[in-house]
Amino acid sequence: MGIDRRKFLKVSGLTVLGLTGGSVSKVFSSEDSTDVIQPVRPAGPLTAQRWAMVIDLRKCQEQHECDDCVTACHTAHNVPDWGNPKDEVKWIWKESFEHAFHEQEHHYQQEKLKHATALVMCNHCDNPPCVRVCPTKATWKREADGIVMMDWHRCIGCRYCVLACPYGSRSFNWRDPRPKIKKIRPDFPTRTRGVVEKCTFCEERLARGLMPACVEACKHGALYFGDLEDAHSNVRALLAERYTIRRKPGLGTNPEVYYIV
Amino acid sequence: MYDAGKVILGIVVALVLVTFPMWYNLAGEATVTVPDLEKARDSIPSTLCVADTVWMRGHHMDLLNDWRDQVVRGGDRFFRPPGDRLREKSLSNTCLDCHVNKDKFCDRCHTFMGVDPYCWDCHVVPKEIM
Repeated sequence: MGIDRRKFLKVSGLTVLGLTGGSVSKVFSSEDSTDVIQPVRPAGPLTAQRWAMVIDLRKCQEQHECDDCVTACHTAHNVPDWGNPKDEVKWIWKESFEHAFHEQEHHYQQEKLKHATALVMCNHCDNPPCVRVCPTKATWKREADGIVMMDWHRCIGCRYCVLACPYGSRSFNWRDPRPKIKKIRPDFPTRTRGVVEKCTFCEERLARGLMPACVEACKHGALYFGDLEDAHSNVRALLAERYTIRRKPGLGTNPEVYYIV
Repeated sequence: MYDAGKVILGIVVALVLVTFPMWYNLAGEATVTVPDLEKARDSIPSTLCVADTVWMRGHHMDLLNDWRDQVVRGGDRFFRPPGDRLREKSLSNTCLDCHVNKDKFCDRCHTFMGVDPYCWDCHVVPKEIM
């Protein structure tokens, strides 16, 4: 008998280590820059054919006071806190159930839903009306993973997208946001006056192999993020198992944030 | 020609006035002081910039524009310069990580050249907020 299974695995494992070990140690030894907060691509980017989110509102209702996801997102992206609805800039926020789902709401609704709040954000629609109206292509749907992205360099502040979005997901910077950002993070840009902003499904974190900030921050496991095109993904499993609703489905925007109620 | 003397004198005076900056420079009165730019952070060898120094001097703005398009529109965030580790295509996180003092590096030369880029309206200078 030549070589048995155990020995083969040992030898091949050592070979792989020997081939890759050198380059791996080189990468880590030269990583002397401690100023960068987010690590440079620790485990490769997270990729998908179609990113989608599932939000379990029942879990959110149990933790009425919790706003960890909102804080995490707004801290990660240098979102200013103006403290008034007129200047307000927001990427993810809580909305009353009847406002978030006014098509599904009725007078004799379950008591728990009447007073419920829903976590809302950009729905990263499959058919995004904001993209259709943008005159400069400052916002567009990424071919690769369906994220509705924004290029703040190119935004001219016309606010067509703000009007086109049926979910109120877009905020306009009426004034310079910098003085109202509690603590500016150096690894993410701020915006400037005259620019529209919104949730980007944390594409900058996905590129570093990290889950979106809100998903990572949720201690109660109410937020799920995954690939809609992958039949074995967590979101597909949830959608197959639970009854889920979306915001304003009748408009044909095909939102990709799903809610378990 | 009427008043030939006055007309010709006027032309000569105008020519002298228009070409005055050239005469003045040729006379060597005006000296140009090229700004003294601060070197990159000590711990980093000067050869480790993402591209050649002379090229960077003339083309860093093109590089930054290319990076902007590649990162934002292409989702292509990382690159590996020859003989170097993996780098992020980022003004705040990569350029300013070595060129720590924006005021003694970027601003000094921009002021000298009379240009006023608006990169820092949005992009953060890490040192200023630490």
